Amino acid sequence: MAIYLDHAATTPMLPAAIDAYSRQMAQIGNASSLHTQGRSVRKAVEESRELIAQAAGCEASEIIFTGSGTEANNLAIKGFFWSNPSKKTIVVSTIEHHAVLDPVEWLREHEGANVIHAPVTSEGLIDLAALKAIIENNREEIALIAVMHSNNEVGTLQPIADVVKMAGDIPVHTDAVQSFGKVVFDFADLGVTSATISAHKLGGPLGVAALILKRGLDITPLLHGGGQERDIRSSTVNAPGIVSFAAAVDQALMNLRENYFKVSALADQLRAGITKAVPSAIFNGGGEERLPGIVNVTFPGTKNESLLVLLDLAGISASQGSACSAGVQRPSHVLLAMDISEVNADATIRFSLGTTTSEEDIASVCKAISAVVSKAGL
Amino acid sequence: MKIVAAMSGGVDSAVAAARMAEAGHEVIGVHLALSSNPQKYRSGARGCCTIEDSHDARRAADMIGIPFYIWDMAEEFHDGVVENFIEEYANGRTPNPCLRCNEKIKFAAVLERAKGLGFDGVATGHYAQMRETDFGRTMHRAVDPGKDQSYVLAVLNKEQLDGALFPLGDTVKDDVRIEAKKRGLYVANKPDSHDICFIPSGNNAGWLRDRLGSESGPIVDEDGKQVGEHQGAYTYTIGQRRGLHLSVPTEGGTPRYVLKIEPKTNTVVVGSKDALAISHIEGEKAIWCGPQPEAGKVHRGFAQIRAHGAPLPCEYRTDGVSIVADLDEPLLGLATGQGLVIYDGDRVVGSATVSATE
Repeated sequence: MAIYLDHAATTPMLPAAIDAYSRQMAQIGNASSLHTQGRSVRKAVEESRELIAQAAGCEASEIIFTGSGTEANNLAIKGFFWSNPSKKTIVVSTIEHHAVLDPVEWLREHEGANVIHAPVTSEGLIDLAALKAIIENNREEIALIAVMHSNNEVGTLQPIADVVKMAGDIPVHTDAVQSFGKVVFDFADLGVTSATISAHKLGGPLGVAALILKRGLDITPLLHGGGQERDIRSSTVNAPGIVSFAAAVDQALMNLRENYFKVSALADQLRAGITKAVPSAIFNGGGEERLPGIVNVTFPGTKNESLLVLLDLAGISASQGSACSAGVQRPSHVLLAMDISEVNADATIRFSLGTTTSEEDIASVCKAISAVVSKAGL
Repeated sequence: MKIVAAMSGGVDSAVAAARMAEAGHEVIGVHLALSSNPQKYRSGARGCCTIEDSHDARRAADMIGIPFYIWDMAEEFHDGVVENFIEEYANGRTPNPCLRCNEKIKFAAVLERAKGLGFDGVATGHYAQMRETDFGRTMHRAVDPGKDQSYVLAVLNKEQLDGALFPLGDTVKDDVRIEAKKRGLYVANKPDSHDICFIPSGNNAGWLRDRLGSESGPIVDEDGKQVGEHQGAYTYTIGQRRGLHLSVPTEGGTPRYVLKIEPKTNTVVVGSKDALAISHIEGEKAIWCGPQPEAGKVHRGFAQIRAHGAPLPCEYRTDGVSIVADLDEPLLGLATGQGLVIYDGDRVVGSATVSATE
């Protein structure tokens, strides 16, 4: 029996989202057309936008739909950088997802950006004192600060409200892809300038995400060709994707509290079971508040390549947390940034639990893990 | 059996994996990432460790219906193969990196990890045959003489060979391509890999120059008289005639060949074709693919000194750690560092690294 514990990579679509997707696919009409069918599709899109906005604590007009979370992050980072040519510095945390780190690095290589990496503590939380010093020393030059809302590998929730306070009038972008639909996320409350959310991480379809961008701000677009989304993002509006996204958000938010406690309890069971089976196991990522489903664990003396092969052959799907295009597992930049040794980073895997995870799944993993770890340590 | 099929992304290893799976073994496909930055070794259709190759291997595994993983062997490859390659050149030798890769990576690091994970052996798309003979389980030439790769596998000892499977040894390459097509493996028409996979440009001399510098030095004749100047002794190969740019011609204008490279004095020695001829080969670090031939005794067999070279009739003897071969007919030009492989008919006896010639 297959046990899927890689929900942070992508999680099964909710039945309501599949329904909404299928129904909308059967509807004819381009949301930008003036005729009856076009207006009908537009209505469905705008209702969805309003629903998602309400769930995310923002205005409907602040939502710019994109084709992926990666696109939304690229749009925010390059958009802010290009729309403010007088400021060349980007401040970014060391534990961002590659969808943030790579566009920043690209701007450094190709557009003359000056990049400052803000360090994290050994718990995987942004070092606020260090960030404060960076901001104070470079305030006039900073175009953008990017700190993720929660980390995809170790599950830490970052103190974004504090970052915003320090930033003052410097724009702050937060990648909330892992947070939205799993923990409380309120755009207005946080006070960030922009945020990324994505459908497939919370039970919606692949191929649709959004950049939430504060009203009244204009950033330079990546795509030109129609200006469908607030003149900042062009492309025919993906109505089935957006409608399905909204259906998933509706479900996720309705059940947020219940799911949070259910998944947290399962994660606690998994941690306890692993500790019992493999006492030397080390769990990574601290802080009082965390993503409920992330269990990042080091099995000293093993290689995660071997752990993942053995788990896969035993029908258990876990992951290392990040992989490059060739599929080669490199030591995680997140773990290294937390001052974990390369050897231990190479011995670390991530289980990520979701709403479809059962107690039986966790019991099976706890039963199998001891044999897997001892084999992978050979 | 539980088998790890090493899949390069080429047609041979794909068919080898398919055959193992079809034979009822429990097979997983493994692609070896040999560079921590795959783009670095990108070489179009020629290499065996590019991003495209890993995708091709994955698709082949999908079509065969076996699990597929990528194992990062970049560090082992760099330390065991690339560094050794540079070091050997720096010592005036001409190494064969494919031998080192088989010896240190494919049938050492990979086999070791496979066994650790509970697998019985490693299958590859190499053309060679394992057979049960009076000598036990021994390695033999492939049936396709044009593709036979027993030479580059002769660095494997008995224990390594016991964990090795070569499912293609009984088939000619053309039939492997036909079989790949029939199986729907779209790598069926992919060109064979050539050259050194970690030197994508194919410019070995330039690659070495970047790493070893280009300190000029004298080119001298057999009497020690300087006849020219070189830009880095390691860019020359024993037997090389072209590109010497000698300033002093020989009497009668007879051509000269590289006879010797002396790294300590950074000198290249040239001379007549006759002086190239050797018939006595000494090899060190002997490895036995089966039982060791009786020490001290003279045996008859064949020596092979290049991957697709001819088998040369010879007498050989060993003390266990080195092999000395005396060829029936002299041979023109043999660089130290190359592999000396001894055959008994089509059976591979063992190998050694050429350390001296006369």
